[in-house]
Amino acid sequence: MNLLLANNVTLVLVIPAIAAALLAALPSYRTSARLNVAASFATFLAALTLFLRHPPPDTYFLIDDLNIVFIVLNTFVGFTTSVFSASYIAHELETGRLTPVYLRFYHATYQVMMFGMNLALLVNNIGLMWVAIELATLATVLMVGIYRTHEALEAAWKYFILASVGIAFALFGTILVYMSALPVLGEGLQGMTWTVLVTRVAAFDPALLSVAFVFLFLGYGTKVGLAPLHAWLPDAHAEGPTPISAVLSGLLLNVALYAILRFKMLMALNIRTIAPGPLMVTIGLVSLIFAAFMLYRRRDIKRLFAYSSIEHMGIIVFAFGMGGPLANFAGLLQMTMHSLTKSAIFFTVGHVAQVKGTQKIADIRGLTESHPMLGWSLLLGIFAIAGMPPLGIFMSEFLVVSSTFARAPFLAVALVFGLLLAFGALLLRGQGFAFGEAAGARTRSHASYVPIMAHLALVAIAGIYLPGLLVAWFQHVARMLG
Amino acid sequence: MHGLNFDIAHLLAGSLVLISLVMLYQDRLPALINIYAFHALFLSLSVAWQAHINNAPHLYITAAIALLFKAIFIPLALHRMIVRLGIHREIEAVASVGPTMLAGIGLVGLSLSVMLRVTTDADLLAREDVAFALSVLLIGLLIMVTRRNAVSQVIGFMSLENGLVLAATGAKGMPLVVEISVAFSVLIAFIVIGIFLFRIRERFDTVDVHALDRFRGERR
Repeated sequence: MNLLLANNVTLVLVIPAIAAALLAALPSYRTSARLNVAASFATFLAALTLFLRHPPPDTYFLIDDLNIVFIVLNTFVGFTTSVFSASYIAHELETGRLTPVYLRFYHATYQVMMFGMNLALLVNNIGLMWVAIELATLATVLMVGIYRTHEALEAAWKYFILASVGIAFALFGTILVYMSALPVLGEGLQGMTWTVLVTRVAAFDPALLSVAFVFLFLGYGTKVGLAPLHAWLPDAHAEGPTPISAVLSGLLLNVALYAILRFKMLMALNIRTIAPGPLMVTIGLVSLIFAAFMLYRRRDIKRLFAYSSIEHMGIIVFAFGMGGPLANFAGLLQMTMHSLTKSAIFFTVGHVAQVKGTQKIADIRGLTESHPMLGWSLLLGIFAIAGMPPLGIFMSEFLVVSSTFARAPFLAVALVFGLLLAFGALLLRGQGFAFGEAAGARTRSHASYVPIMAHLALVAIAGIYLPGLLVAWFQHVARMLG
Repeated sequence: MHGLNFDIAHLLAGSLVLISLVMLYQDRLPALINIYAFHALFLSLSVAWQAHINNAPHLYITAAIALLFKAIFIPLALHRMIVRLGIHREIEAVASVGPTMLAGIGLVGLSLSVMLRVTTDADLLAREDVAFALSVLLIGLLIMVTRRNAVSQVIGFMSLENGLVLAATGAKGMPLVVEISVAFSVLIAFIVIGIFLFRIRERFDTVDVHALDRFRGERR
């Protein structure tokens, strides 16, 4: 047991790696769906033990209070998504959209993706982090194209090209960070190690570091789905299997955001560099307002929620860009709530699209009548994501707005404008989905409600009562982020 | 002697930028692939020269990968692929040469003026390399946005990756992990793209990515 705890960091990585190999070898899809769930659960448990005890940072791994939040969230949503995926793919097999051969590939890639994301969150090296994010991206590209339909191929191609360009910029930024560290730290591995960079960054060349941050922000920002670079996101969400939409929105965007936050922390320690704040605030606000307008014109339900992800990432980047303990706290809370809510919505939407046999918004009506459980869960999810009180996102959005009002009232007006726009669009659509005369097929659903309910319950509880321990933890992390 | 070493390194890195500009106006696929092979060859020479003057033998591996994989294997495979797809005779409608070249030259000017200004502390050779690398990277992007054919977009992407390798080798003593990973990512990228190309062909009888734009959730 002692050995297990000492190695809980490696465990978070080894479990998905072994599971990926096993899943690639297993022919039976029933067994592999179960194994996928079991492996994801084991990874989640291993991640939880990080709370109790984690080793001090070494050359390879860095575990601090910031990334524990990300890792636990990542593995938790990874686990619930695997539960959802098991019931989702059973239906896809029945309808013949996927074959058992593809499923074997699908499950193995799922674990490779989890491995990539966990690695990106755990490593203590900016180069390795880049490699890990690249790995996770390639895995998701393959998953997006898995249906091999016209639309899926377009989406995967677009995603691949845009993500690669983003990731190329990120690598260039990483190289520039190393170059700025070179005169101070000398050659070798220490010039890429977080813990070393952080202690010596004050002596780095500020001009070079500033340029590096711009590249890193653009590069990883593409993966976060920020406004001018978001074009891949709606397509990838709409055309891939729904479990992948859930992990894309809930997890991969967060991992890219984590990279940006780390570099922002680095920049903050060198006072002569450009301030990352205004850049993040601007792009965040543009993303929010742009996505809010786009929400009104959607005709595809998964694209609708993909644009809502862009909107929320905009709010989160805005909050972290404002900085300060309160805005950072709000950003962290918003990120957590968004991950939970958005993945729950995608779970519901996946089942809705299956029972209705379509993703067209116009053909999905009166769900509360034909499929009460799905209809009400979707409506609850939409209330939550739109920021209806007293749910979790209302609280975090309220904190973002109030902290902004205190410091930059004009920005707050723009922010509130964007939030209200998005609120209107989502409620309008939500009403259409839930009420009215039921349209389309009335196939019975074999949905698994446990993951949906678990997420929505957490969001609802967080809106009313946040445990003191969590608040203290987030406050501490918010202070770390500066 | 140091002057000569530097001049050769400068020449090789500068050639990469020049070849990138040449790629910009190729409208036939076989020619584009051949120029890409040259691009990779010069990358390989440039990396090997860096390895020689900086006494960094591990860079020879990167140079060898660039030579064998990027300059020989990929171009050969792409030639075979375009013949099999029957697109080797097609003339691609690129944006007209004049404005594209001007944009390319503008990008080179931009990257030189940005990078040389912010790298005053760095080693002279590293400065040049990283400025040239940014030029190659931006021209690679320009190639990608001015092309409609999936194969030439891929080539644009690979030339962009060459720029990254140039930057990574220019930064002295950058850990080997990264260089291998760069080469490796190209490999993965190629496999992924290869799969996609075949799938695109299998379904639609074209690799023109505009054919993929027909359907959008927004249009009725």
